[in-house]
Amino acid sequence: MAVYKKTYRPYAGRLTASWSRFLVIRRYAFEDLRRSRFLTIFYLASFLYPLIAALIIWVEHNVSALQLLNLNGASNLVRIDAGFFMTVLGWQSMMALFLAAFIGPGQISPDLTNNALSLYLARPFSRSEYVLGKLSVLLTLLSLMTWVPGLLLFGLQGYLEGWSWMTDHARIAAGLFFGAWIWILVLALLALALSAWVKWRPAAGALLFGVFFVASGFGAAINNVQQTEWGSLLNISTLMGTIWVQLFEGNDPTSNGAVFFRVSAGEHLPVWCCWAALLALCAICLSMLSRKIRGAEVVR
Amino acid sequence: MDPVIELDGLEVRFGGRPILKKLMASLTGQSIGLLGPNGAGKSTLLNTLLGFHQPYSGTARVLGRDIRTHAREVRSWIGYMPENDAFIGSMSGVRFVRLMAELAGLPKEQALERAHEAFFYVGLGEVRYRALGTYSLGMKQSAKLAQAIAHGPKLLFLDEPTNGLDPPARARMIQLIQEIRDRGDLRLILSSHLLRDVEECCDQVLILKDGNIAAHCDLEEERRSNRRFLELETRGAANGCFLEALEKLGCETAQGAQGRIKLVLPEGLEIRRLYELAAEQEVQIRRLNHKRDSLEDIFLKAMEAADGRL
Repeated sequence: MAVYKKTYRPYAGRLTASWSRFLVIRRYAFEDLRRSRFLTIFYLASFLYPLIAALIIWVEHNVSALQLLNLNGASNLVRIDAGFFMTVLGWQSMMALFLAAFIGPGQISPDLTNNALSLYLARPFSRSEYVLGKLSVLLTLLSLMTWVPGLLLFGLQGYLEGWSWMTDHARIAAGLFFGAWIWILVLALLALALSAWVKWRPAAGALLFGVFFVASGFGAAINNVQQTEWGSLLNISTLMGTIWVQLFEGNDPTSNGAVFFRVSAGEHLPVWCCWAALLALCAICLSMLSRKIRGAEVVR
Repeated sequence: MDPVIELDGLEVRFGGRPILKKLMASLTGQSIGLLGPNGAGKSTLLNTLLGFHQPYSGTARVLGRDIRTHAREVRSWIGYMPENDAFIGSMSGVRFVRLMAELAGLPKEQALERAHEAFFYVGLGEVRYRALGTYSLGMKQSAKLAQAIAHGPKLLFLDEPTNGLDPPARARMIQLIQEIRDRGDLRLILSSHLLRDVEECCDQVLILKDGNIAAHCDLEEERRSNRRFLELETRGAANGCFLEALEKLGCETAQGAQGRIKLVLPEGLEIRRLYELAAEQEVQIRRLNHKRDSLEDIFLKAMEAADGRL
């Protein structure tokens, strides 16, 4: 019907599958994010380290290139092992933290500030679908930044080294995949929870850094004053690093973790404690979201 | 007509405090007004029907579906225009309405087409690409109406639709609501504390007070029955005889000062017969009014406390 006819008419056409509605939220969020030039530049820049890592792997396996540069001993300088991939993951995860601090706060706070949740939830669309839609924005972007390049590097190394290397080091691939997923899930939930509770975007972004750096400083202070290691439970990067070492190297840790996620000497926590602490953090984030994501706020 | 909403002992509590108290009613009108003073529970009732609040006990059915067990299905039939500002300021009007239509299940092409149509329909066609944050209050109200109707709901919930509007904008909003009502393909619930809005748009009214139903009446029925009550202003010497003649026709009469007469017409007697009788009795009927028991009277009666105070 032409719009100039200016009349109301009921809709009797087909409807989309109800499971796919959360993707609408994701599509609109991506359209908004695409407009930010800073974000685009930052995102492209975040792939610099994986490119360098790919170059290192290629050079490692290209003797003629080393000879050309007169660097015959260079192949022994960098070892392509679990530590190498953990470092890649560590760098990328750090970049992911910056990205989450930049885009996370803008996900939920505008809807809360403008009371738009009542409109979202007055449709055949649930609170969990709303959170899933917002979460999927962060998970997609952070995935492309962490485990996707990590696995591509693993594939490149396997291609150049041979199939047997890949099967022998399958644990590294699993570590990259699951390690990155735990990190991006924690980051995304934390960013959304803060976005739901702090309506001012810059404050929510700053608070995300605060949760990582201020809390870890507080934990270090507890460790020093109380002569204990339990203060490290407040240090999310330490918790993550401990879990990564377990995922990458199993019961035989040979490294001290990824860059930015290294555990300080004498502050090792049992791995199960790290898992429990991260699970508790996720539960707190979900509870914060559950309290704020409502069609109508009840003032008691 | 099938009931739009059936309230079956619906009770809602916030923090142990009852807000809606075991409501029982069956609302069948084409357009139903929810009236009541601030805090009566109107918005809470709408929010509960939308599934925003869980009933403490009892339940409600919307178009025959239980809100406890079929909340998603119920919401797919409803278009909701909330009382407060609700939008995303940085989005253009048409993009926002399209988003809402897509969330209601429309494919993106149809959602875009209907978003444009809805904007033209509510009179915002020329500003549909402007950011919602730059709209005036009246435009924001219209944009809220556009998002409520864009997906073609069966039932429209309008919560205080004329809030903050100036008289021309209010008249336009009421006209839109009446147009939607008169098309007859969707039913509407209008929550307001403005009696005039409800009176102009609704054929049935549910009056809430302190979470209870204070009155539930069919305005059309009231209007029809009120047509039998007349007030006459007469001139002429034989007024007493005129009264007697009226009573002989079966009218109940009461004489007031200065030739004023109140009467109730019996069934079957047409007003024309009164003029004929007046002519026979040489009485002039200078004025004839239908005494209307207005919505205001109904509302005030419903609001009266046991001690007679409001």
